[in-house]
Amino acid sequence: MSALCEFALRMGDNTLILGHRVSEWCGHAPVLEEDIALANTALDLIGQTQMWLGLAGEVEGNGRTADHLAYKRDAWDFRNVLLVERPNGDFGQTLMRQFLFDAWHHPMLKWLSENSAEKRVAEIAEKAVREAAYHLERSADLVIRLGDGTDESHRRMQDALAYHWTYTGEMFEADAVDGELADAGVAPDPAAMKPGWDALVGDVLAEATLAVPENDFAHKGGRRGQHAEHLGHILASMQFLPRAYPDARW
Amino acid sequence: MSSEWPLWEVFIRGQHGLNHRHVGSLHAPDAEMAIKNARDVYTRRNEGVSIWVVPSNQITASVPSEKGPMFEPSKSKIYRHPTFYDIPDDVGHM
Repeated sequence: MSALCEFALRMGDNTLILGHRVSEWCGHAPVLEEDIALANTALDLIGQTQMWLGLAGEVEGNGRTADHLAYKRDAWDFRNVLLVERPNGDFGQTLMRQFLFDAWHHPMLKWLSENSAEKRVAEIAEKAVREAAYHLERSADLVIRLGDGTDESHRRMQDALAYHWTYTGEMFEADAVDGELADAGVAPDPAAMKPGWDALVGDVLAEATLAVPENDFAHKGGRRGQHAEHLGHILASMQFLPRAYPDARW
Repeated sequence: MSSEWPLWEVFIRGQHGLNHRHVGSLHAPDAEMAIKNARDVYTRRNEGVSIWVVPSNQITASVPSEKGPMFEPSKSKIYRHPTFYDIPDDVGHM
């Protein structure tokens, strides 16, 4: 598989799995306004998935569509980071996961839209970057409000931060694929995104009166197809319909 | 009820309209969140280019039971409508 195809899968699988996770809140959010806001976020992410997986299928050249890639692959073929498959937990846990991802996602899309030497990648990023900017503005704002809120909301946000923290390092790890993409000017070196993420996350957490965890251990493997048990459960519900009724059409 | 977020009235200026129009209401803890919630609840289908939010309790409404004295006196005063002027043909459509 080419590095470009692998890259499109990694981007698209991140947005697909996070989009599905967020969509699980539909009808369950604490208030109606949040329910709609979460559904909007999920739909934005699924829309971006269509573009990334569409590109992956096109580059692969075997006639697989975005739907094929979303619904007909098994867990070991998924290339998303482990963070996005982490369980929703309470609202704070969902929000913290969103913020930690958005703080990586938005600068990444911004870089791609402005700098990528691969035109198709830059075009997708250009479309996605405005949505990601709003996601980041919203999740950062809510992390601050809840972190610097009541005793209970502060405790829940600090717990959520501890719960996700060791899953953030994977976003900045680089392998041979990343090296090839960086050399070709298609995508940035993942490690180069780390200082900006540290600064942004540090600022928001400080304002939220949340302590940055000391632990710098990083769970890895998602980008190579080694996933936690969560992904299989996500796929079971997400892929059930097209697998049980292969002739079903929208 | 004090544990509930206050109610806000939402006004949106559409793509082509000049005026902000009332589109509905929502709950939010403060004005900034009310704007964000309004964006998510009321502009999902590309409805607007500008949003106003106003705390519902800041709106003073006319009293429904006083509708008669309030509005009916103007009903019989058709001369208040500017329909009794002869408009010169040269003016065209007004």
